Amino acid sequence: MTDLDQFRSETRAWLEANCPPEMRKPVVNDDDVFWGGRNTRFASEAQKVWFERMRDKGWTVPDWPTQYGGGGLDPAQAKVLREEMAAISARPPLSSFGIWMLGPALLKYGTEAQKAEHLPKITAGLIRWCQGYSEPNAGSDLASLQTRAESDGDDFIITGQKIWTSYANYADWIFCLVRTDAAAKKHDGISFILFDMTSKGVSTKPILLISGKSPFCETFFDGVRVPKSHVVGTVNRGWDVAKYLLQHERAMISGLGDRSAGRPLGQIAADSIGADDQGRLDDAMLRSQIAAFEVDEAALASAAERAVDLAKAGQGHPAFSSAMKYYGTELNKRRHEILMSAGGIDALEWESDRSRGGLRPRAWLRTKANSIEGGTSEVMLGIVAKRILDLPGA
Amino acid sequence: MPLVLTEEQSMLRDSARGFITDKAPVSHLRQLRDSGDADGFSRELWKAFADMGFTGLLVPEQFGGSGLGCVEAGVVMEEIGRTLMPSPFLSTAVLAASALSRGGNEAQKSAHLPRIADGSMLAAFAIDEGTKHRPLHTSLQATRAGNGFKLNGAKALVTDGHVADLLVVVARSAGSAGDRKGLTLFLVDPKAKGVAIERTVMVDAHNAARIAFDNVEVTADGVLGEVDDGAGLLDNILNIGRGAVASEMVGLSEEVFGRTVSYLKERKQFGKLIGEFQALQHRAAQLYIDIEITRAAVLKALQALDADIDNAGTAVAVAKARAGTTATLAVQEGVQMHGGMGMTDQFDIGFFMKRARVCQELLGDSNFHAGQLARAKGY
Repeated sequence: MTDLDQFRSETRAWLEANCPPEMRKPVVNDDDVFWGGRNTRFASEAQKVWFERMRDKGWTVPDWPTQYGGGGLDPAQAKVLREEMAAISARPPLSSFGIWMLGPALLKYGTEAQKAEHLPKITAGLIRWCQGYSEPNAGSDLASLQTRAESDGDDFIITGQKIWTSYANYADWIFCLVRTDAAAKKHDGISFILFDMTSKGVSTKPILLISGKSPFCETFFDGVRVPKSHVVGTVNRGWDVAKYLLQHERAMISGLGDRSAGRPLGQIAADSIGADDQGRLDDAMLRSQIAAFEVDEAALASAAERAVDLAKAGQGHPAFSSAMKYYGTELNKRRHEILMSAGGIDALEWESDRSRGGLRPRAWLRTKANSIEGGTSEVMLGIVAKRILDLPGA
Repeated sequence: MPLVLTEEQSMLRDSARGFITDKAPVSHLRQLRDSGDADGFSRELWKAFADMGFTGLLVPEQFGGSGLGCVEAGVVMEEIGRTLMPSPFLSTAVLAASALSRGGNEAQKSAHLPRIADGSMLAAFAIDEGTKHRPLHTSLQATRAGNGFKLNGAKALVTDGHVADLLVVVARSAGSAGDRKGLTLFLVDPKAKGVAIERTVMVDAHNAARIAFDNVEVTADGVLGEVDDGAGLLDNILNIGRGAVASEMVGLSEEVFGRTVSYLKERKQFGKLIGEFQALQHRAAQLYIDIEITRAAVLKALQALDADIDNAGTAVAVAKARAGTTATLAVQEGVQMHGGMGMTDQFDIGFFMKRARVCQELLGDSNFHAGQLARAKGY
């Protein structure tokens, strides 16, 4: 037995003994996701127990160094843990922009003091982060952002507005792009800075979306005072940090559509529509759409696996996360179009208990943002054309 | 297992690519087509393939091969796909070698496998009968006669059927079309009485034949595997072949794409390189993404075949379905983006389009495999 096989069997046994049965069911609504933070509450005892056991094991973030509360697993071990969790449909114990986005950037660009201050609070679920990137006039053209940070002794004074800030109204801290040099070219005057959302001058306002929910906010900064020591990386070189973080964000978003552990889409459709006497979904056109979708979904899962393995082998392309982000989000939109079609009339109910408050149509509408947030599909294709294919003028 | 090639597999790829691009560029296929070559491939290059060990990749070591796996066979197929090299590799070294090494008894293996490995024997695998690939609908009849069988019926799209020294024939010995039970595989001498072989010149200028069987006698020694219970063996052989054809389509897609992107960087219209137009940039980017995802799915299937072939069916269905749609898109975009030049016979791009169409049909098209997936998932 190799060391990895040994690790697999130990991991399997540990998960079997420690993952509560309630935490092995698909995530259905917002309460099923634990985000951590100062004001958080657990939705159930099982959620709490699962989180605490995984935290104590270092497995809220299995591949971060143990000194920051991670699990210190190498990529092969982390893959085994993912596979074993998927095999029992274990929910993630902790969801966090700190894990998916800020952490990787801090590990690469942060000072030792910044890492020691922030990473342990992320792995322990103590601080919930939000991302201050987009502005009303800086969407796809993110680098034209105008929120300004003016020098005042050891501090910056930050003034401006962000938009599409996910869960800003629940967040404790923000990682934020600000303009520290208004005279420089647009990519060269940006800094990446961290501050507490309870600082004086910070306010948030949820935005009601077509889904009837408000996962995003407008976020306003009115003379917020932030120590200069909170800049990550070099002042005016924040675009490097921002881009690096975006690669991780895009990789994260591309994985949103991967529900391969759940019930096959065709069976979900057969539950509501029925099957013919040969057991085939009783809607031939929908059945072929679903089959084509599932081919692509399985292929994407292999591509995601391969992307990790290529990166590990030093053969990956840094812009490949843009390719995955494009495909993953377009696929997830397709999935929800199919779910709506499969649900038919029932999937149109918006408020009833029967529809669990319109779960399916709200989720469907939410996915329309997937190909916009974190860089639109068109921006992703532009990045692939330019950075991977080296097409002229892209 | 990491979803990347190992060092040994990368070395195999490099040596296959070096040889094939040097000895069998697309002009090799063009020359065979234009001269109406009777074999439809080069026996000299097949001999060289044998000297390099490619013909015996899937032949076990005790029978003179190297006993490697489907990933390695896929690596060679991918390189074949890049230049569209006409070669009996799929028919002989993949399909027939797998049929014999997995289904053969000791006598059958020792009689044929060493000769496949050393390149001295060609073999063809005869499965399709109707318009579409439907293995369970096999109706070529095998009726008991004496201690053997008599075969009656016809096969189509038998790759390399007109040059084969041995035919592996799938027949129905019991039950009726659609039944899993009742399939038997036979080894048939193409020179046997009652075998009529018609070479069919195909759109892609690769080898194929229609073969009619009229009371062809096969002794009990010619039965490959179990009588009436050949379906499991057949699945495995077909899945290995599907993985190989999917690999060929990945190579083909990537080559067409590479040629197309190069063209976007050199062709000027309206005073600009056409690759500067966003309409084309985005389509090129989408195609790149499609090919990369398909490549991963195909490697996944090949690894699954090597790891646990009886449970590789779903991964293979995904791979063959994806490879078919990706190759179809790649050749269509290839011709379109080459404009009028893409429509000329003088330009190579059309050869890729024609081969992709044949690869789609070979061993089941994208619709067939998506349907298989749906059935496997219970809807």
